[in-house]
Amino acid sequence: MAQAAREPDFRTRLQEWIPKLVLSPSVAAMVVFVYGFIAFTVYLSFSDSRMLPSYDLVGFGNYAKLWGLSAWWTAIVNLGIFASLYIVTCTAIGLVLAIFLDQKIRGEGMLRPIYLYPMALSFIVTGTAWKWIMDPGIGIENSMHLWGWTSFEFDWIKDRNMAIYTVVIAAVWQTSGFVMAMFLAGLRGIDNEILKAAQIDGASSWSLYRRIVIPLLRPAFLSAFVILAHLAVKSYDLIVALTGGGPGRATELPATFMYSYTFTRNSMGIGAASAVIMLMTIAAIMTPYLYAELKEKT
Amino acid sequence: MGFLDIRNVTKSYGSVKVLHQVDIEVEEGEFLVLVGPSGCGKSTLLNMIAGLEGITSGDIAIKGRVVNGVHPSKRNIAMVFQSYALYPNMTVGQNMTFGLEMHGVPKAEREKALADVARLLQIENLLDRKPGQLSGGQRQRVAMGRALVRDPDVFLFDEPLSNLDAKLRVDMRTEIKKLHEKLKTTIVYVTHDQIEAMTLSTRIAVMYRGYVQQLGTPREIYDAPANVYVATFMGSPAMNVLPARVTMRDGVPHAEIAVRDGANRFLKFSQANMAAWEGREILLGIRPEAITDPDGADRNSRNIVALTNRIGVTEPAGADTYVTMELGGKDIVARMRADANVAPGADFEFAVNMDKAVAFDPETEDRIAP
Amino acid sequence: MAPAQQDTAVHTGRIARTFIYVVLLVFALFYLLPFFVMLVNSLKPLSEITDGNMMALPRAWTLEPWRQAWSSAQIGVQPTGLKPYFVNSLLMVVPAVAITTVLGALNGYVLTKWTFPGHRIIFGLLLFTCFIPFQIVLIPMATVLGKLGLAGSIPGLILVHCVYGIGFSTLYYRNYYAAFPTELVRAAMIDGAGFFRIFFRIMLPVSGPITVVSVIWLFTNIWNDFLFGASFGGQSQPMTVALNNLVQSSTGVKEYNVHFAGAILAALPTLVVYIVAGRYFVRGLMAGSVKG
Repeated sequence: MAQAAREPDFRTRLQEWIPKLVLSPSVAAMVVFVYGFIAFTVYLSFSDSRMLPSYDLVGFGNYAKLWGLSAWWTAIVNLGIFASLYIVTCTAIGLVLAIFLDQKIRGEGMLRPIYLYPMALSFIVTGTAWKWIMDPGIGIENSMHLWGWTSFEFDWIKDRNMAIYTVVIAAVWQTSGFVMAMFLAGLRGIDNEILKAAQIDGASSWSLYRRIVIPLLRPAFLSAFVILAHLAVKSYDLIVALTGGGPGRATELPATFMYSYTFTRNSMGIGAASAVIMLMTIAAIMTPYLYAELKEKT
Repeated sequence: MGFLDIRNVTKSYGSVKVLHQVDIEVEEGEFLVLVGPSGCGKSTLLNMIAGLEGITSGDIAIKGRVVNGVHPSKRNIAMVFQSYALYPNMTVGQNMTFGLEMHGVPKAEREKALADVARLLQIENLLDRKPGQLSGGQRQRVAMGRALVRDPDVFLFDEPLSNLDAKLRVDMRTEIKKLHEKLKTTIVYVTHDQIEAMTLSTRIAVMYRGYVQQLGTPREIYDAPANVYVATFMGSPAMNVLPARVTMRDGVPHAEIAVRDGANRFLKFSQANMAAWEGREILLGIRPEAITDPDGADRNSRNIVALTNRIGVTEPAGADTYVTMELGGKDIVARMRADANVAPGADFEFAVNMDKAVAFDPETEDRIAP
Repeated sequence: MAPAQQDTAVHTGRIARTFIYVVLLVFALFYLLPFFVMLVNSLKPLSEITDGNMMALPRAWTLEPWRQAWSSAQIGVQPTGLKPYFVNSLLMVVPAVAITTVLGALNGYVLTKWTFPGHRIIFGLLLFTCFIPFQIVLIPMATVLGKLGLAGSIPGLILVHCVYGIGFSTLYYRNYYAAFPTELVRAAMIDGAGFFRIFFRIMLPVSGPITVVSVIWLFTNIWNDFLFGASFGGQSQPMTVALNNLVQSSTGVKEYNVHFAGAILAALPTLVVYIVAGRYFVRGLMAGSVKG
């Protein structure tokens, strides 16, 4: 008896196994549906798949073709314009609103939900609303004309050179409130005694924010950047609802490119290659961030 | 064989050994305190007794039964945690009887055990409250009550008082002591507070860096610390430890201590066996209360030595006045009566009770006398 | 989010304060404008939009666009209105949210209170799944759903949303349970409670707040999803896809008023959730982003 007790008893062993059993469906789903699928897509990106998956490898052929396609370049350039403007504008608006809201504003409780509600909407709804608001025929341009400002022109959504900026407007509308909330949480987390000390040191409001507060918001900036960057790369719904990628190809993004090449143009290999590039872009942004966040938590 | 046997127990995490060959026999009714700084392995040892952590090698036996692989709930132990670990969603009564419920004790019996313990701890009026509505001291009581209800073989306490404020801590300390004297339960108690260890325990195990440095009664630990670490860890202010050389004068061993003014001081040893160390360096340990003003010296001591030295800083602390001075190249502390006539910078004749002095080997830091 | 009653040490002058209020109000108008436009124009006859001012209130108020959007508008080829798609979305969202939340809670519990070597890697891998561009799984998912016979069905969509939602729910519960004292679990272990008993008796009763967050987040995400719905919806398309079909349909006159009514219908469930539990919604967004 005394000897037997040196080995874990049945209950102890059972209690060691149950947690792993409970976790296993999720892990299995993750291994198959995420990492397995990623591997599969990577494989396809090296295959000659067209309408259906094919398993004949063609090396880097798809990648070479992809980077030779002007449509892909358009998508990449658009993503560059869209992502940088989207990130910068959202961050700027979010930061300003958060700082302003943090000045003991009367009615903050009213304003915050107004800034935030767009985040609850689908990009399809956002896209639909802005599509008609920016439509020169019935939207703002028309309203301005009816109000007597007849020289007013706002037809970017129909303009190949300007359409991408309408995407920025709608996307900023949807997410800048959320960025505001992130910054506001960051501001509220700053130790008030630091601010008081800085004021005693004679800092003006402006230099207080520039020299003390904004540097202390570094983590919020980082989080906002990571969130916005990954949303930008994933943007698909908004394009579909707002511009459908047009006019022409003026607002194609990698996500819409991938979809059309894979499912409507029967170039699954190229579609897969573009998806792999999207994944790598996001991984390059997310991995260091997640790694640092998880390490901090130990 | 003891009531709770810890035999040759070690614990490793990977290649890191956090507990080395711990050997403790706890008798029934004993109050064993494991004391040491954070990271010394005391909590790990307690968790191993509880079954919350595995044992790398060695055995732990309760009432003669080896429990190494036994699930915590089947060891017949109860534990009081530092944060009290009261289930926030249950009332005090439910908290206390949860363990009995899990062990399939019938409701009537549970109610009776609860009533008995609640009366013992005077928490009858709290039974329907939620832990969130209790004060720190009340939570502490409930946590103890939860352990008592189980009527276990061994009680395990993991720093149970460290979340209380200073005053409450002293009160609860007394309360735990009373409880132990009344119930004669076997207790293993972990703390980093050496005063708790001294006041509560019947025996103390001082732990440091995964080793039990010394195991003994509070008196043994205090008067005859096994090594410099134990000597300085137990007691507040800490024992003064200063370098000295053993010199024979009139055939009696003395500690010769260098002082900045060049006139070395000689303190006569009470222990004749120090003669064996003649001419060698040692570390001399003297507790602050063994260095006093002459009127405050211990009248039962056979060996009070006068020592003149310059006073550095005086710190009146109400009941006593602490004097800091330089001796043997170290700052040492003397404990004077509150009304002793001491002034900073003045020379003063101290009375050193050499009966209480301890000598350590400077190489191994182990005690060589008494 | 912290309440506003904080003694901010910054003081601002009268002109600066006016400026601040003006900026805040202008942005409030910017955020409200699209909703105002949607609402106002969904209550007008079509002629008032095409011949009138989009910003103006209706002269002849009508609920007809709403009725059309709900029950008779042409979606794809069928004049069914959005109603069946709304039902599809509900049938998809409710089970997906329930399953994902339960699994996330259990995962979070295991990953904080029953850790084992490698638990951190597993969590890291799960967390990364929250951020992958779904384009990377579209092709194999289409193939696998086809093989499983789930393509174009609600169960197929439920499966997809569960798989890609687990990362989020696990993240929420893990962060929440990480702050939950492990000593409580140990106390319960000594008291004789096992894995499930500890979960149901000790952890679950205090998991209300994070469950609200997780449910809101998953509900919003899954309801608002378009990509999976469009790719795998088949005959069981969700609301977002139907709305897009309605708006983008190239045949006939563009019935803007019906489009707006439809857009509000599609937004309604998440908006209601947001209005009812907005504070939690924000907290959820934050938990999902600021702290990993």
